[in-house]
Amino acid sequence: MSDRTPNQKAWWLVLPVVVLVAFNAVVPLMTVVNYSVQETFGDNVFFFEGVKWFREVLHSERFRLSLQRQLLFTGLVLAIQLPLGVAIALAMPRKGPWVSVNLVLMAMPLLIPWNVVGAMWNILALPDIGLLGHTLNHLGFDYNYTRQPVAAWATLVAMDVWHWTSLVVLLAYAGLSAIPDAYYQAARIDGASGWAVFRFIQLPKMKRVLTIAVLLRFMDSFNIYTEPIVLTGGGPGNATTLLSIDLVKVALGQFDLGPAAAMSLVYFLIILLLSWVFYTTMTKGEVQ
Amino acid sequence: MRRVAWLVPALYILFVLAPIYWLLNMSFKNTNEILGSFTLWPRDFTLENYRKIFTDPTWYGGYLNSLAYVAMNTVLSVVVSLPAAYAFSRYRFLGDKHLFFWLLTNRMAPAAVFALPFFQLYSAIGLFDTRLAVALAHCLFNIPLAVWILEGFMSGVPKELDETAFVDGYPFWRFFLRIFLPTIRSGIGVAAFFCFMFSWVELLLAKTLTSVDAKPIAATMTRTASTSGYELGLLAAAGALTIVPGAFVIYFVRNYIAKGFALGRV
Repeated sequence: MSDRTPNQKAWWLVLPVVVLVAFNAVVPLMTVVNYSVQETFGDNVFFFEGVKWFREVLHSERFRLSLQRQLLFTGLVLAIQLPLGVAIALAMPRKGPWVSVNLVLMAMPLLIPWNVVGAMWNILALPDIGLLGHTLNHLGFDYNYTRQPVAAWATLVAMDVWHWTSLVVLLAYAGLSAIPDAYYQAARIDGASGWAVFRFIQLPKMKRVLTIAVLLRFMDSFNIYTEPIVLTGGGPGNATTLLSIDLVKVALGQFDLGPAAAMSLVYFLIILLLSWVFYTTMTKGEVQ
Repeated sequence: MRRVAWLVPALYILFVLAPIYWLLNMSFKNTNEILGSFTLWPRDFTLENYRKIFTDPTWYGGYLNSLAYVAMNTVLSVVVSLPAAYAFSRYRFLGDKHLFFWLLTNRMAPAAVFALPFFQLYSAIGLFDTRLAVALAHCLFNIPLAVWILEGFMSGVPKELDETAFVDGYPFWRFFLRIFLPTIRSGIGVAAFFCFMFSWVELLLAKTLTSVDAKPIAATMTRTASTSGYELGLLAAAGALTIVPGAFVIYFVRNYIAKGFALGRV
């Protein structure tokens, strides 16, 4: 974005995008804001309630628990997927016919509809007839993800690792392929260790793509809905009720529009804030 | 160390393929075998599940609906994103940085937040239960992504190309369509791939905005699961078929996927 010509007419070029996105973003967002400050008893009769719902959401035990579960889930998947994805990318061949074979096979989970991912893991983890569930029980583990919260969590995290680690691999691999051979030759002449090559050549060169990886994985894991609802339905009990699941329960299950809308806005603000924190910490020290 | 390195991706690919294998395995079994015993491969190999999907209009109609709105969304997102990405990459204008960031914030919005307002909005304008509604709704997250990727590719093209063309007297749109777009065609491919991908896998909004006529395949699956008992074989077959379009598309862009995000600007 450096070295651009000032030209206000460029607005005409971005206008279609702005119109389409604004239509989909601003109108629904304003609807949510509208609900968040009102109470309704049906029949389209609304009363102004001010910040009542916001106060209720921020003080509610239920929201706090969902948020904690959400943070735990996002923390776990980021902590597993990033190192694992980078390790796999480092171990992959740099050239030759195996590169495309690897990439095509690894990218498969990314293109499967999210409810199919949930259904797939459901079938895989069934304690009696699923490959994973049957094997674990056969080996002597007492495993049943529909009854045990720990098993449900383990299955959920395993599913997300299966689903999204490939994205980190693709990004990290793209960063690695952009490093010129001369860098490695220089390192070999200097007698640098494998760790030194990683720490001082590969990691800095991957920083940009890893920032994208962290941001995308953070946003998408924080927004996750379809896969857990198909796999565990938020259960057993409320053990895997993440924020989106809880939100849909309040909005469509109980039809509490006001509290649901207030919760939506708080939820959205948390994502914006955390994304901004990640972005600024990871790009700190870079020349803009 | 380097000699055993191939084991890492190999084991990972095994992990990736295992659930897919299990889905295929289930899809070729009949209900008795699925519920009766644990078998690593189908003993009574049957294509009955697939036959049912290809002959029942509620099933194959779902595929057609999904493919239709995904195609519409991909074309729409890429076409409107091209000039916008060009503007962001070449020109400075009032509010450009804020606009770019605002676009990206829509990529962060949880679909669950928008489900109900989307239903109301699209009902109000009379588009509820049409393929167009889903195609338009998916623009919410696909346009920001397409602009982001395309802007990265366009910024990789030297500005001298534009300047030379304008000096030679090319009108803007002729230059843009005849010269500029062909030079970034791999970027267009990558952007289209990601739009296809995210529209194909999304279910929450697609399900909220449709009821009968435009119902996506994924919604047909969840509704079958709840109404007609638990026909695992049929569900597995339907799931297995949803992998096909993605696998097909990914094969074509295999050499470009890795580049897609790398060139996008953070």
